[in-house]
Amino acid sequence: MIDYAASDFSENWHYYIAALSILGILFSLWVLRSQTTAKLAQGEKAEVLHYAWDGDLQELNNPLPRWWMYLFYGLTFFGIVYLVLYPGLGKFAGVLNWSSAGEWQAEKNAVDAEFNKVFAPFKGKDLATLAADPTATGMGKNLYMTYCIQCHGSDATGAAGKFPNLTDAHWLFGGSADEIKASIADGRMGEMPGGLAGDEQGAKEVAHYVLSLGGKPHDAAMAAVGKDKYAACAGCHGDDGKGMPAASFPNIVDDAWLYGSSVAAITETIVKGRIGGMPAQMANLGEDKVTLLTAYIMSLSKK
Amino acid sequence: MEATTYNYKVVRQFTIMTVVWGIVGMLVGVLIAAQLIWPTFTEALGPLAPYLSYGRLRPLHTNAVIFAFGGCGLFAASLYVVQRTCQTRLLSDGLAAFVFWGWQLVILLAAITLPLGLTSGKEYAELEWPIDLLITVIWVAYAVLYLGTIMIRKTQHIYVANWFFGAYIVTIALLHLVNSAELPWVLGGDASGLNWWKSYSAYAGVQDAMVQWWYGHNAVGFFLTTAFLGMMYYFVPKQAGRPIYSYRLSIVHFWALNFIYMWAGPHHLMYTALPDWAQSLGMVFSLMLLAPSWGGMMNGIMTLSGAWHKLRTDPILKFLITALSFYGMSTFEGPMMSIKTVNALSHYTEWNIAHVHSGALGWVAMITIGSMYYLIPRLFGREEMYSTRLINVHFWWSTIGVVLYIASMWIAGVMQGLMWRATNMDGTLTYSFAQSVNNLYPFYYIRLLGGTMFFAGMLLMAYNMWKTIAAGKAVDDAPIPEAVHA
Repeated sequence: MIDYAASDFSENWHYYIAALSILGILFSLWVLRSQTTAKLAQGEKAEVLHYAWDGDLQELNNPLPRWWMYLFYGLTFFGIVYLVLYPGLGKFAGVLNWSSAGEWQAEKNAVDAEFNKVFAPFKGKDLATLAADPTATGMGKNLYMTYCIQCHGSDATGAAGKFPNLTDAHWLFGGSADEIKASIADGRMGEMPGGLAGDEQGAKEVAHYVLSLGGKPHDAAMAAVGKDKYAACAGCHGDDGKGMPAASFPNIVDDAWLYGSSVAAITETIVKGRIGGMPAQMANLGEDKVTLLTAYIMSLSKK
Repeated sequence: MEATTYNYKVVRQFTIMTVVWGIVGMLVGVLIAAQLIWPTFTEALGPLAPYLSYGRLRPLHTNAVIFAFGGCGLFAASLYVVQRTCQTRLLSDGLAAFVFWGWQLVILLAAITLPLGLTSGKEYAELEWPIDLLITVIWVAYAVLYLGTIMIRKTQHIYVANWFFGAYIVTIALLHLVNSAELPWVLGGDASGLNWWKSYSAYAGVQDAMVQWWYGHNAVGFFLTTAFLGMMYYFVPKQAGRPIYSYRLSIVHFWALNFIYMWAGPHHLMYTALPDWAQSLGMVFSLMLLAPSWGGMMNGIMTLSGAWHKLRTDPILKFLITALSFYGMSTFEGPMMSIKTVNALSHYTEWNIAHVHSGALGWVAMITIGSMYYLIPRLFGREEMYSTRLINVHFWWSTIGVVLYIASMWIAGVMQGLMWRATNMDGTLTYSFAQSVNNLYPFYYIRLLGGTMFFAGMLLMAYNMWKTIAAGKAVDDAPIPEAVHA
């Protein structure tokens, strides 16, 4: 842990600050003491000071109100005690040796211990069982609402052209329990280089060929021309267009189209390329939370 | 030849502008309160919309109410009080005119540059370096005028109100110079010269934050507290017709207030990168500050002993005494909020907004309004304001307005703080930030209502002032009485 108190001062500053603080308090006490007088006796009237300003402005000289005087002494006493116990006088760390970083660490240790107890019952259970357990998916949902909604949305339907929908039956990187968990734990990188099919016309022809591979409506003449150019794509997406999920190369003959399945959208993808990534969560969240998140995502998905 | 009359002209000018800038500043406040409910309603203005966006209007609001409304009120009061209690004319009429027109120019420049987005980005000190320099010149002129008048006083002792005005003038000069230390970009590498008005702070990182809040809190302490206590020390005993309660008390709370206030700034930076020792020190001194603050409240309120019945019939006194009550309340709330564990809940929430406005509307605005109602008839040769009944209506609108404002923001702030820290059993946050924002709507409506009531009261005041002036005649021959020596 960093020692926050020590690095702030060269020797002289420490004395300067501490002395100035103490003198400030002593000065206030001295002023207070100097004006502390006996209470007025029963029936005694406060003296009227004999100058007058602007005609009728005058001053009485009542003693300090008792309760107020004691309040002032009390607060000053509290201040002095506080400065003995806690850091405040230069680099003097205080008798209790308290620091905000230390307090934070202690608080964090305490809550971590508390939460580990909460996660304990789910340890070692298989993902399919957890996905069917409402307590587990409830916690998974809380975690989702904290860490995932920024991209995938509060209803997990993502955002067209940017972030995948997690509630449909389509998975770019595989929908098995282990594959979903791997996506969350290690992240995914989807990078498609642009310009491999020549100009815009070439890209359009390839787009039609890709649609034909998936058995979708297309222009047969354009597809026929695009077939040869598709050779540049087959290295990743395969001759049959089924991709290689293990290497994060998506299947392009199913219905999962993150960036759109129209001819125009596919053409744009081929011309410009696409880049998208899911950040890895394991280091940040740890095994327990990643497991519960996986269970929640599985419970959302329409198999 | 020895002057035989007081300079009422500059007091009159500042008094009228106090009301005018009060209306302007509070109108901007109402506008931004409405923007928090309907964030896009100013977009209907098309090309003008950027100049009226929340981020630009907010500093305009704070600058206008603090330095234009509050500032003019303080100039009016201090320049009146120093003459009356020193029983001599101002040191120089020319200097007085310079201070008035110079300060109006500063306000005008603020009203132009802030909506344009020209800002140094320092809270309550947003104005850029050319205006900072202008402020410095005017402030020095003001200091010479004020302190010079004290030097040539005919009374033997310096009246207590002047101690407070004096402390305010000296300290604000110090605060302004240190906090506004900045490097104009043209001197720091901008070869084009197109951004000649732009500057960068002389400080960086946490030191900059600390300097800003040393300034920020002492602006509250010396501009909005000490100076208005000076106002209180003249107008409360005058209006009540009673002597000040305790000379001793004024000595203790004056010196303690000045010494202790200086240290309280770090409470704005609790749980930040500011070192622990500075945070603790800020908290300790903020707590001790309760006593000297309440000393001022006690001395004002107890001055009324023997004259309590006047509160029933005199709305000006109602303004002054209610102001002192709000002062007592805010100066209790402030030290409590500086306690670290309370601060952990209250910081960054609407609770701060409640606290600021119980001080700004309840204390600063009400003591100013009361004092101006005292001044206006005297400056225009009338026995009293055109309508005492309207002052009473103004008083009730303001009081109900402040209460609605601060009560709604208290509840909203505590709710926000609790929602932000609520966690589920698995450690996740119970509420998203947007949910906490959504729950603010009802309180924002109530706040807008309260703020609008306070603003409407200022319109009543303007009408009342107008009728009083129309029926009166500017007084320029108020005679200076012979000082009575002990």
